[in-house]
Parts: sequence; C-alpha cells; structure tokens
Amino acid sequence: MFILDHLWIIIALPLLGAAINGLLGKNFSKPIVNSVGIGSVALAFLSCAELAREFAQLPAGQILEPESYFTWITAGQFKVDFSLQVDQLTIIMLGVVTFVSLLVHIYSTGYMAHEEGYYRFFSYLNLFVFFMLTLVLAANVVLMFVGWEGVGLCSYLLVGFWFLKPSAISAGKKAFITTRIGDFGFTIGILLLFWTFGSVDFVTIFKQLVGAPPDAAASTGVLTTICLLLFTGAVGKSAQLPLYVWLPDAMEGPTPVSALIHAATMVTAGVYMVARMNPLFSRAPVAMFVVALIGALTAFFAATIGLVQTDIKKVLAYSTVSQLGYMFLGLGVGAYASGVFHLMTHAFFKGLLFLAAGSVIHAMGGDQEMPHMGGLRNKIPITFWCMLIATFAIAGIPGFAGYFSKDEILEAARSGPNANIGLWLLGLIGAGFTSFYMFRLIFLTFFGEPRYDEHKVHVHESPYNMTVPLILLAILSTVGGWVAAPHLVGGTDYFEKFLHPVFATYAPAVAERAPEALESPGMMLFHALTGWPVLIALAGLLVAWWFYIKSPETPKKLADSLRAPYTLVLHKYYVDELYNAAIIQPLLWISTNVLWHVVDETVIDGTVNSVARVARESGSELREIQSGNARSYATWVVIGAVGVTVLMIGLWGMVR
Amino acid sequence: MSIVPVSYYLVLSAILFGLGVVAFVVKRNIITIFMAIELMLNAVNLAFVAFARAHNQLDGLVFVFFVIVVAAAESAVGLAIIITVYQNRQTLNIERINLLKF
Repeated sequence: MFILDHLWIIIALPLLGAAINGLLGKNFSKPIVNSVGIGSVALAFLSCAELAREFAQLPAGQILEPESYFTWITAGQFKVDFSLQVDQLTIIMLGVVTFVSLLVHIYSTGYMAHEEGYYRFFSYLNLFVFFMLTLVLAANVVLMFVGWEGVGLCSYLLVGFWFLKPSAISAGKKAFITTRIGDFGFTIGILLLFWTFGSVDFVTIFKQLVGAPPDAAASTGVLTTICLLLFTGAVGKSAQLPLYVWLPDAMEGPTPVSALIHAATMVTAGVYMVARMNPLFSRAPVAMFVVALIGALTAFFAATIGLVQTDIKKVLAYSTVSQLGYMFLGLGVGAYASGVFHLMTHAFFKGLLFLAAGSVIHAMGGDQEMPHMGGLRNKIPITFWCMLIATFAIAGIPGFAGYFSKDEILEAARSGPNANIGLWLLGLIGAGFTSFYMFRLIFLTFFGEPRYDEHKVHVHESPYNMTVPLILLAILSTVGGWVAAPHLVGGTDYFEKFLHPVFATYAPAVAERAPEALESPGMMLFHALTGWPVLIALAGLLVAWWFYIKSPETPKKLADSLRAPYTLVLHKYYVDELYNAAIIQPLLWISTNVLWHVVDETVIDGTVNSVARVARESGSELREIQSGNARSYATWVVIGAVGVTVLMIGLWGMVR
Repeated sequence: MSIVPVSYYLVLSAILFGLGVVAFVVKRNIITIFMAIELMLNAVNLAFVAFARAHNQLDGLVFVFFVIVVAAAESAVGLAIIITVYQNRQTLNIERINLLKF
C-alpha cells in the first residue's frame, strides 16, 4: 500500500524531471536528457501500475478518503487543501496518461533528434505530465483547476515550441486565449459551487447531493447553472463548438505534442471533468442535454470539415474535435462509462494516428500535404500497418477498439435513458464521415502512384525508437476495446463494471427500468455486427475507395458540381473569418480608437504630461530668485528671519 | 550698588544686532559684511550673557563659549575665502561677484 498512501510520488516524479531538464539540461548530453525525461515518466507509469495493483486489492465498494498534504488557501470558510484522491476513474486516466506519455517521450527521442532546444522540449513534456496528473488526481475543484491551467500553459509552450516561426507563435496564443474564454466560465462555476455547497472538495459536495432532488427538466436551477458554467470550461479545453478553432491551429506544434496533448490527454480533460462531476450533471437534465447537443453537433460539424482537408495533421485535428464530440455525446446521454471508454480507446488510436502521421511527415522530409504523397505503402510498411489499424479503430470496424466505444455511445444515444434520435442521427452520419475521411487519408497517403519527386524526397522508414511506440499503440488500438466485448453477446461490460462505483455512488435515484427482453447471444452478436454504425462505417470505406482508388476523377467532378457547399466546407465554414470580423476586429477597433487614442493618449498621458508641465513652468519662474547677487540672498535671509520671528510671536500670543 | 536691569542689556543687544543686519544688507565690501556678521554674533552673545546673569544659570554662558569658538573657526575660513576671492577677481565688491546663478 505504499503508493496508495503516498500519491504525491506520482506527480512529483515528472515535476522533478521537468526541473532537472529545464534548469540544468542546457549542458546535458542527449543521453542524459533522454534518461531524465523518459526515466521520470517511466517511473510515474510504474507507480501508477503499482497503484492499480494496490487498488485492486482493496475490499470491494470501499471509497478512499482524499489524502491531504497541506492547507493551501484559507480565507474565512473558504479552505483549499492540497489533496489527492484515487478512484476507478482516476486509475483509468492515470493509466492512459502515463502510458501514452511514456510512448510519446520515447517517440520524441527519434522525432526531435535534430531539433534545437532538445532539453527544453523534454522539460515541457515532463511539466505537462505533471500538470495532467495533478488534474486527474486532484481531490478538489481548485486543485483540478491548477492542473487544468497548467496543461494549458504547457500546450501554449509546446505549440509555440518553434518560437521563431510566426505562425507557431500565433497558434500558441490562439490556443491559450480561446481556452481562457472557456476557463472564465469554469472559474465562475467553481465560485458558484463554493457558494452553493460551502466547499470545493469533490467528496463533500457529492455527499451533500445524495438525496437532493434534481433540477426540474425545464428549469434552470443552480445545479444547471453550475453545470453549464463548468461545461463552458470543458468546451474551451476540449475544443467543442464554438470554441474548437484553436485545436486545428495547434497543429503548428511538433507532432509528438499533437499526439500527446492535442489528441490523447489534455483535450480530454473536459470529458474527464464532466465525468468527475457526474453527480452534479445527473441532476441537471437541461445541462445534460446541452452537453449531448454540443457533442453531437461538434461530432458532425468537425467531421464535415475533415472531409476536404489536405494537410494530414489538419484532417487528424478535425477528427479529434469530432471524436471529442462523441465523448460528450456519450456523457450527455448519461452513458458516462461509454464516454470515458471512448476517451481511453481514442487516446490509443488517435495518439497512434498522430505518431504515425509524424512518421509519414518524417519520411517525407517535413511535407504534410497529402496531395504530395501517395504510394508510401511499401516504403514505410510499419507505419502503414500501424496507421491502418488505427484507421480501422477510429472508423469503427468491428473488432477494433473504436468500434466498441463508439458503438456504445451511439447505442446509448438511440436507446439509453436520455436517448434522442436526432442526436443519434447526427452521430451516425458523423461516423460515416469519419470513416470516409480516414480512409481517404489512408488511400491518398499510402496507395496510388507516388506524387512526390523521388529524386528530391528520400522516403525512409523511421528509426526503431519511433516505430516501437507505434506498434505498442497499434496493439492497444486493437485489443483496447475487448474489455467490453462480452457485452455484445449479452455478457458483462467489464469497463463499465469497473467504473460503476464512480457513476453510481452519488447518482440520483432512478426508477428501475424493466429489463429488455434478452435475445439469444448469437442474435445479439449478429445485430451488433450489422448495426447502423458498422454499415455506415463500411459505406464510408467504400465511398473513399471509389473516390480515391477506383475513379480518382470523381472527387473533382463532385466538387465542381457542388461548388458552393464545397467551397464553404473547404474554408471551414468561414468560422475563423466570422470570429475575426465579429470579435477580433471590433476588439482591435476599440483598443485602437478608444483605449489607445482616448484613454491612453488623452487621459493617462495627459495627466502625466500636465504634472510635468506644471513642475517645469513653476521651476522656470522660481529660478529668477537665484540671481547670483549675494545681497539679495542676504535680504531674503533677513526677510525670512523676520517672518519666522513674527510668526513665533504671533503663535506665542495665541497660545497664551 | 544698583544692578543694571536686564532690559538695558537686551536693548543694547537689539541695537547692535539691528546695526549688524543693516550693515549686512547695505554694505558692498565683503570684509565689512563679514564684520557685520561678527557684530550680530556678539549681539547675541551679549543677550545670552545677560540672561544667564539674570536667571543665575550657566547654560547661557556655555552657549556663548560655543559661539565664540565657532566664530573663531568661521573667521579663519571666511578670511581665507575672501583672500582667494580677491586674488581671483581683484575686487571685494559683492555686486561684482555674481557668477553663480541660474
């Protein structure tokens, strides 16, 4: 029970690694930077594995009290401890975060080998892991917010890692500022939480909720308000409509960063937060519907943009936005476990997709445009097979991880307790688009004739420290979903069963639903394998094959015949332009014409300048006194002495 | 033996001080001005001594000694400055020593 009683070790390790590399790393050789960077994360991963082992030995149903290390803030009744806490959800997140981080660290030793600031990169990555683990382990909302902002900071630092490139700098700023808008709502949500419950500790809040009535369906009570505010934070951090615009731009960062932060871990923080807050959300039906609606719309909307992107990383970025939408759809319809399940499988296959895309970019010598690729299948076979597996997983081909999780979400949206057929349709069509754009990516990149200049681009397979993480993730992208497999034939969904305490302990009382008539396992399997999600995924695959293998001229014809919608989607619905016109330009105008020319130049500069002018002008008058004539000085002295004497006599008279 | 009242001394002291002030302001020769300063100091000394005698206390006498010592030092420094000024400017007219100004 060592780690279980010393949870701080898990977060201290990456922090130590970040400090050593960040402060001293400049003079380290690469092997030392590697061993510090990878070693700290590897130890954190091992600690988490040990933690999971210790956790498994606890008696069933035991809820662990938070471990408090010191009191961080006290002000009146407001008290925040630095306290950490473990439950099943935390274990899952810890496993995903440390494992994917470890693989990305290893991968980076290959991908970043020739970059300037190698030690800086590893220091930032370690710092990110520290903040992510803090976010996950935090036992109160405020500490969670620390991790939440910390990962945002690391995202900013790593997106702008190549800080000599103007586009990288502005992408970093865009990522930070856009998420700040959501975080503003999150902050107010935290304040309202404390105002309502008098505490910021999860357990204290949740215990008060037991037995509390949920907000009525149509009302907007305080629980609904809190949930919507918290969800605003999640919308920013997890790149949902309408704040998703930063994520595609964040692809300016190095590819391992995209894989770790902008696909596998940080962007899922919003999903984790909503899942963590499930006792609140379960009692706020309106907020739940908003979560599901935003999720479904994002899943659909981002998928349509992904259809026409040509930059390999941009396709994956919009795909990430879309998949995050699915997670929120799952949470919103009350299938928390399915949302978290998709979070986990997504971390595997999307991390893999990004790392494989990095390998492709590496092979192409830095080119990210898919129209310049083609025929890479035989040149980089390991990358190809890994990416194909990940594509199967994300498209939802039966047997691969994404199939189980996405199917569960769509099933919950169709027939779960908060089912909504409209949202289900959005999700289903989005799944078809997902399948299409992913196979489009595969066909454009790996099949057909090479479209690059073979004399200029020397395509080569990546070194083993890049391919080994790919293979490991490919294995997990395949088997990662099998814990839920028995469910298909009417058995237990082990993932859901494992997470059950998290989502059931403080859940509102629900009327028992009549058990559905059970089909025979064979029929259930048949239905699961021929359900809508599978059919539409195969349809997406076939259309992509038709468009990009069978008759490559079709996409162009289609684009020509549907000129207007095509242009609209190609320009990402002009959302960036809209934000620019509606928000950025007015802000610029106000800043220039009001804040700069009026407030700064007139009011502030005016005040300062007039003070200076008064001093200067009175000084130029007073200097006449210093005439150089000693006798006039003497006269002044005499006048002064007489004045003081008169004053004293007068005062003396008054005192008497 | 009749005692001279303290007011007599004070009036004398005031007259001497007033003469010193007038000379200090009106005269142009630096040495005369210097003498005027000495006159004022001694007028004050006289007042101190008179009060010390009237109140039968030593404090006034102590102050007088201090003033005499300081005045001695001051005249040494002052005369040295005056000599240097004369050597540089060939004049002791204070109206013409007016370079130090804005």
